[in-house]
Amino acid sequence: MNKFVQVFTKDSFLVPVVAIIFGLIVGAFAMLAGGFNPIEAYVALFDKVFGDMYNFGETIRQITPLIFSGLAVAFAFRTGMFNIGVEGQFLMGMVTAVYLGVKLDLPFFLHAPITIVGSMLAGGLWAAFAGWLKAVRGVHEVITTIMLNWTALYLVNFILTTTLVPEGQQRSETIKESAMINIGWLSEMFDSARLHWGTLIALGAAFIFYIVLWKTRTGFELRATGVNPHAAEYAGMNVNKNVVKAMFISGALAGIGGACEILGVFHYQAISAALPGYGFDGIAVALIGGNTPIGVIFGAILFGILTFGAGGMKLGAGVPVELIRVVIASVIFFVAAHGIVRYFLKPILAKKKDKEVL
Amino acid sequence: MNKKILSVISVATLSLSLALTGCGQKPAEPSGSESGAPAAEQKSDKKIGMVTDVGGVNDNSFNQSAWEGLQKLQSETGINVQYAQSTGDAEYVPNLNTFVKDKWDLTWGIGFLLADPIKQVAEQNPDAKLAIVDGEVAAPNVTSVMFKEQEGSFLVGVVAAEMSKSNKIGFVGGIKIPVIERFEAGFKAGVKAANPNAEVVSIYTGAFDKPDLGKSTASSMYSQGVDIIFHASGGTGDGVFNEATARKKNGADVWVIGVDKDQSINFGEDVTLTSMVKKVDEAVIQVSKDMAEGKFEGGKTINLGLKDNAVGLSESSLKTLPAEVLKKVDEFKAKIISGEITVPEKP
Amino acid sequence: MSNVQTVVEMRGITKRFPGIIANDNINLKVKKGEIHALLGENGAGKSTLMNVLFGLYQPEEGEILINESPVKITSPNIANEMGIGMVHQHFMLVDPFTVTENIILGKEPKAGLKIDIASAAKKVQELSEQYGLKVDPYAKIADISVGMQQRVEILKTLYRGADILIFDEPTAVLTPQEILELIDIMHNLVKEGKTIILITHKLKEIMAVCDSVTIIRRGKTIDTLTVKETNINELASKMVGREVTFTVDKTEASPKQTILSVNNVTAMGNRGVNALNGISFEVKAGEILGIAGVDGNGQSELIEVLTGLQKAQSGSVTINGKEIMNKTPRYISEEGLANIPEDRHKRGLVLDFSVAENLVLKSYYMDEYNKKGFLDYDKINVHATKLIEEFDVRTPSIHTLARALSGGNQQKGIIAREVDGDPDLLIAAQPTRGLDVGAIEFIHKRLIEQRDKGKAVLLISFELDEIRNVSDRIAVIYEGQIVGVVDPKTTNEEELGLMMSGGKRMQGGTQGE
Repeated sequence: MNKFVQVFTKDSFLVPVVAIIFGLIVGAFAMLAGGFNPIEAYVALFDKVFGDMYNFGETIRQITPLIFSGLAVAFAFRTGMFNIGVEGQFLMGMVTAVYLGVKLDLPFFLHAPITIVGSMLAGGLWAAFAGWLKAVRGVHEVITTIMLNWTALYLVNFILTTTLVPEGQQRSETIKESAMINIGWLSEMFDSARLHWGTLIALGAAFIFYIVLWKTRTGFELRATGVNPHAAEYAGMNVNKNVVKAMFISGALAGIGGACEILGVFHYQAISAALPGYGFDGIAVALIGGNTPIGVIFGAILFGILTFGAGGMKLGAGVPVELIRVVIASVIFFVAAHGIVRYFLKPILAKKKDKEVL
Repeated sequence: MNKKILSVISVATLSLSLALTGCGQKPAEPSGSESGAPAAEQKSDKKIGMVTDVGGVNDNSFNQSAWEGLQKLQSETGINVQYAQSTGDAEYVPNLNTFVKDKWDLTWGIGFLLADPIKQVAEQNPDAKLAIVDGEVAAPNVTSVMFKEQEGSFLVGVVAAEMSKSNKIGFVGGIKIPVIERFEAGFKAGVKAANPNAEVVSIYTGAFDKPDLGKSTASSMYSQGVDIIFHASGGTGDGVFNEATARKKNGADVWVIGVDKDQSINFGEDVTLTSMVKKVDEAVIQVSKDMAEGKFEGGKTINLGLKDNAVGLSESSLKTLPAEVLKKVDEFKAKIISGEITVPEKP
Repeated sequence: MSNVQTVVEMRGITKRFPGIIANDNINLKVKKGEIHALLGENGAGKSTLMNVLFGLYQPEEGEILINESPVKITSPNIANEMGIGMVHQHFMLVDPFTVTENIILGKEPKAGLKIDIASAAKKVQELSEQYGLKVDPYAKIADISVGMQQRVEILKTLYRGADILIFDEPTAVLTPQEILELIDIMHNLVKEGKTIILITHKLKEIMAVCDSVTIIRRGKTIDTLTVKETNINELASKMVGREVTFTVDKTEASPKQTILSVNNVTAMGNRGVNALNGISFEVKAGEILGIAGVDGNGQSELIEVLTGLQKAQSGSVTINGKEIMNKTPRYISEEGLANIPEDRHKRGLVLDFSVAENLVLKSYYMDEYNKKGFLDYDKINVHATKLIEEFDVRTPSIHTLARALSGGNQQKGIIAREVDGDPDLLIAAQPTRGLDVGAIEFIHKRLIEQRDKGKAVLLISFELDEIRNVSDRIAVIYEGQIVGVVDPKTTNEEELGLMMSGGKRMQGGTQGE
């Protein structure tokens, strides 16, 4: 609990807040340059997100997969790896969820959990394959995971067309009701926004992320391998095994995320020509969140609000989508490049220190 | 310790609330005056919204065409129009809801990808009026606009058969889905009808956004002796055009048939033989006007074909193609309209 | 101008970093043509002061005078213009480039649009002859020795016209022979009219080459002395702030049964040739065996093979009679081998882990700290508190990151961890490298304590003094073999030096004693 409080008092809290404000200011200049009223645009953004129950609920829906993909990227980062393949692992989780959701016939208390576990394994194994290649063959995970993203995309399309998509359609059948994880009464409260148990699972995953990394023996080894593989090896840890293990856990988080999108939001999967983008957003979220579970949650909230509220800026203030992306990018830039913010905050932080001394 | 937390939180909330209230007062005015400006010319209290698929309004294809239609409608009638661009599959529903929950008079969904989201939103909001292009939704408050792509494709098939010197003709498709298959089926039928000896090679690239793939596919087709390629593959087709332009420069006599819009505008008349134009803009205008006049028909699917002048050859090619070819095209067109020829939907 | 006496003067320099005052009103006066030492323990503020002089840091207070006129040095470029050059401890060289290319980097002579390599190489050649710095202008950095690389760094500053050269701990990376050569070079430079500031904590070097010395302790100037009028003991006590003993007190060793036995082991080095060529020796309980040798004669490979980090091709290694060769590091450590690694930042510590976590880096998996896969942090913390007390590890808290500790305290932490498991054999590789007098004293005491408890200790070091002071027997390693074993009481530096350079082989020396 004490640690939780510290998070808000240290500059690790102050710096991101200031960074967001900086980003919004730079974004405002970009909008001014484009001839738009930034104040109006930001009001529209907040109005879109917090203006009514429906959109607020949909914002939560938007945030949920970002938590999963952010956690997946952050977990790999923590263990010394750059998992760009969250995208593909997410997709593998999605297709597994659709497959099990359509093909299995189980009571609801088994169907959804089994489906989620299946997706978790699918995402985990997909990532573990890249980890295995790194451990055994020394192939850098950035290369393999990028390639596995595309492999996943086409494999998913293949699985869909051969087994799940009815003749003459572009999308799979709808999953059975027993596999859905929507929360009916909550959706009703939020004016039929698509709310589902996945959000809770995401928060739980963040907690487990923390427990595994900082409280268990496995986490100790994974973190040691991540920050200093030489010392880990010297201390008797099996570095190769840890690489595979870390990638598995990272991919498993992505896989659960994929399952929740299917079971809670779409209920089907469409054949897609392009990667959906969850994994890439996850990299940004992990970066914003400093690769800590709490940070990832906040990062996902920020990213979710900005991307979902972007629609409001378009409609409310007429700001074109391209310019909104500039605003989002500048916020992310300042949060990620916190060194710059620290530089500007230096006099303030120094004063704070002086006071403490007195 | 506690004091510090308090001060940090209070500063944060203070600055946030300042920011919010500070800007909260202003916006009512400018937004009012802004929306008032176009209405000054012609008055209409009707509002029509449109949701794009992930292609966005500048996709050189049906999203853009639909938006151009709505803009034309606005300048003609003063009806308020607005679009929401979707950056991911999950955004279709909330984007539709942006208009629906705000009680807009009509909400368009552009593209087959929006069929499921529209169905869901329509069922949840039985009072709202919705419409979809290129998809069919069975709901009492949705109008579906479908095109008989096969009929227009048949006609460009006739053009290809007449113009081909090698009697080898290519078809490049995007993803193998029913819409694109209608293009292929009509095209093949048209070629065969005009010249039974001509051969059609067809390849699906599996993507709508991969010009590199389009280029390599076109390259291998042209190398096999194909001299005319009809593409129905969105952005992938840009690559087909690039390959043809490059070969044309080297003296090869190769052509491309464009799709959806008149693509000679972008790629030039020297490589664009003709284009299979889908008049999404006119369909959008028509349905929207009907709604404004109180003639909205929910639950109906409008199938637009040659008869409605909704598909066919691009205007510009009517001037550049030889007269005898155009004569042949007109003959087939008459036969299709009269029902003498039924164009297949599946290849 | 010709009669300038003081070339560098720093007055009242104060530089603060968050939490500490690195330089607190420091004064320094360097006369033309002298070698002036800047002496102090690690973290005393020597490097900070020199970085201020070189323009890397801006001081909060104080002023700098060059040739008796006040100047503002805001960047290394300005420092270069004023004739100040710095030879860094960690060389800033581009490995795949040649010597000449590295020297001219950033200041390339142009012939039209092309770089005029030929004339540059000629100038490098001239400079190297003038100052007695032997280098091949066309050799690639990656192919030349560490000592040679240092000469390139020196040439770099001379090429840029430096008159005042700052050497930052220049001998830390050199072999004894290279150190002698460096001393010659420094004398040559002074003879040619240059002025040298030498940052160091090695007292013997100061006595050997310097004219005067300024001592810094905890950010403050303690004294400036003329070297001729002082002695090692005075310098040491002024540096540390108390009396220091240099001789290591120890009783006669009483070796018992053999603990470690290495037989005819061969192993590859990272260049693909054999680094160990059938090496054999043994270490007994209750003795310290020192392995002397010049860097690169197989010491690193020997440690890696013994600890299980590298595979050996043939031979055998036993601890208490049990074969451990090519077993996993954990297996070997459970057989009773502990190791103070050569590179404490790379192998010894996870710098981003807390002190407490580093102290269980090898034992975290044992039942003591483990409950069904969950770590018992209460026990880990108790363990850490006990060890930092026992081994005098100075850290703000057991939760402080290892990175934040000084080198000496990091090393104490490693020793605490390694000795804590009560190992039968302790391998100490370069255990005092880069440490100051106080820490060295502590570590030597601990090694002897371990011996007196009846354990075996294997000490591998490039510092001959250390080997001679601490070991009970000295084995000399040369090209992956033990070329002789001698008694530290009867041998001398000359004999050891000859053996280390392959000039002398003892009869039966390959087989221990």
